[in-house]
Amino acid sequence: MTAEIPFLARLREGDATAYETLVRSHGPRMLSLTRRLLRNEADARDALQEAFLSAFKAIARFQGDSQLSTWLHRIALNAALQRLRTRKRLAEESIEELLPAFLEDGHHARHPPEWLAPADALLERREVREIVRTAIDRLPEGYRTVLLLRDIEALDTAAVAELLQITENLVKVRLHRARQALRTLLEPCFRRGNY
Amino acid sequence: MTQLDVTCREFVEFLDDYVAGALVGDRLASFNDHLAACPSCVAYMKTYRDAVRMGKAALAPSSEPVPAEVPEDLVRAILLARVRG
Repeated sequence: MTAEIPFLARLREGDATAYETLVRSHGPRMLSLTRRLLRNEADARDALQEAFLSAFKAIARFQGDSQLSTWLHRIALNAALQRLRTRKRLAEESIEELLPAFLEDGHHARHPPEWLAPADALLERREVREIVRTAIDRLPEGYRTVLLLRDIEALDTAAVAELLQITENLVKVRLHRARQALRTLLEPCFRRGNY
Repeated sequence: MTQLDVTCREFVEFLDDYVAGALVGDRLASFNDHLAACPSCVAYMKTYRDAVRMGKAALAPSSEPVPAEVPEDLVRAILLARVRG
């Protein structure tokens, strides 16, 4: 942190070289984050640009309470989430059809088939990761976002609730439903005899 | 499902809490009893856990290497936008 103080001073003075250094040194990790969340190159680039412009405007107020990289990560995360909110696609799509079905007495409507191998074994195959990514992309946006923030970015429930401005209970509900839906989407690919 | 209090529907509804170890006491015992007697919920829980693990692995930051650099045109666009305010 202390090592960043002279660099921060240069930024606050408007040193163009410092700004270029900032973009070149922190940009790659931020771009990786926006790509992961948005899964669309144009959106990821736009979000990165928006994140840096937000950071430039706020640099004078940055107190150095956290590392510069942590602060920038949070700004990039917010920029990506803002872009997600503006996406119309699948925004309010129902997830019900991807949840397990039950009979009136509460039994499973059908016995869930076993998968051909444990997750670890499946993940050794390169194409499996792409199948899983595609399935995550098919989740309705509101559920996909919660899944990404909790399971991929490893934020806790309270942090996700704050970022998305929803209740912690709703975060939990959406996460569980997203995981169930992901399971449903993966089942045809990995059930025994189908891969 | 057995004659026990917990149904498959309820087991699945609270599966996240169950696998996270958030259930305690009689409720946990009921869920354990249900699982011991219900092959469908055993199969569901196993594939649910696999799906969660595969989701985490497929999009983990470590699975997608950080790009060595931001594309030059994007760097230029960002710096230009700063100058233009």
